[in-house]
Amino acid sequence: MSFATLKEHPLYQPLLLGLMTLLASAALAWASSATRGAIAEAEARDLRDSLAQVLPENFADNDLLADNTDIDIGAGKPLRVYRARAGGAVKGVVFTVIGKGYGGEITVLMAVDEDGRILGARVLKHTETPGLGDKIEIAKSDWINGFGGKTLAAANWAVKKDGGDFDQFAGATITPRAVVSAVKRGLEIFARHKAALLAQKTEEHDG
Amino acid sequence: MSTSIKTLVKDGVWNNNVVFAQMIGLCPAAAVTTSGTNGLGMGLATTAVLVIANVLVALLRNIISPQVRIPVFVVLIASLVTVVDMLLNAWLHELYKVLGLFIALIVVNCAILGRVEAFASKNGVWPAFVDGLAMGFGFTLALTLIGLIREFLGSGTLFAQASQLLGENFAFLEIHVHENGGALLMILPPGAFAVLGFLLAGKRLLDTRRHSD
Repeated sequence: MSFATLKEHPLYQPLLLGLMTLLASAALAWASSATRGAIAEAEARDLRDSLAQVLPENFADNDLLADNTDIDIGAGKPLRVYRARAGGAVKGVVFTVIGKGYGGEITVLMAVDEDGRILGARVLKHTETPGLGDKIEIAKSDWINGFGGKTLAAANWAVKKDGGDFDQFAGATITPRAVVSAVKRGLEIFARHKAALLAQKTEEHDG
Repeated sequence: MSTSIKTLVKDGVWNNNVVFAQMIGLCPAAAVTTSGTNGLGMGLATTAVLVIANVLVALLRNIISPQVRIPVFVVLIASLVTVVDMLLNAWLHELYKVLGLFIALIVVNCAILGRVEAFASKNGVWPAFVDGLAMGFGFTLALTLIGLIREFLGSGTLFAQASQLLGENFAFLEIHVHENGGALLMILPPGAFAVLGFLLAGKRLLDTRRHSD
């Protein structure tokens, strides 16, 4: 039987399709297992870089990535908190808050010291309008650094248009408004759960 | 052979350009071209996938029966894009952070399926390779051009953040033309349609002039 007649056999097509899918799955499985470690490593490195960006230099002497704990803040998903320690004592905490922006969710990483003062904030992920709302990125503008040193009590937590302390962008008010209210909510969470957030011990690492 | 390569390249870049003549792949052409750099990044990523998909299909063209060719192509392209996505994320993570957004979008770029179906499934490996490169180059050119025009009119820069995509050596490409921002509309979706429309009209005009001469 020649290949041409074999190709006409009714079984040829399901077998071909099955074989192709099998080969594709094998390729995917190989790629997934070959890259899993490297991807996890790269993402951990990204997170470590971001953690280092929101904290002042030499603020912490521990590995924040390993020193994390989940705290129940009474709102569905627990809050993942990274603790910054100096000499074993918790000096500050780093966690993410999510704001509702113009184009979707905005993930903000913020660091708060033990007195509830913001040490730094960075936008990790967003889908705001390029050229307009993306000034919340440190790569585009230093607007986000305006949060440094602010506390819940000693700042007017709104954009200037709404009578607050923070600049809005020309043509984009919703984006900075979302970030400001997300950071404010972060500080409120900190105020409400201060004891749990600053607890000296974690399950994984005993100071 | 050399004339056929010349035709393939000419087709890919001008006569049968994916965006300006075939009018496919318009979704990425409109969605990601908010800057020249974004257009270039999407173009390069698409070219890579297009070349590999073309070669694969040309290799397998004799065993793929016509009745199930479309599902086979779809499985091949989707797996290929996913594998490229994972490999880039793992080993070229810095580049992935810039391009990552675009890679997944390539799956739904019908330019790939279009080329595989119209060309690679009927031709040998070498012509399919050249066709993939030429079509990809034409696509990259179109996206970069649309991106540059929108960026220039919309934010007053050219190739902003190019060094993030291409490395520090290409920082010289980044040009600030004017500071006052520009027409925001060009960065937003309507700007993509407007620029695409004017470029299409311009190409038609050039082609008509050339033929009437």
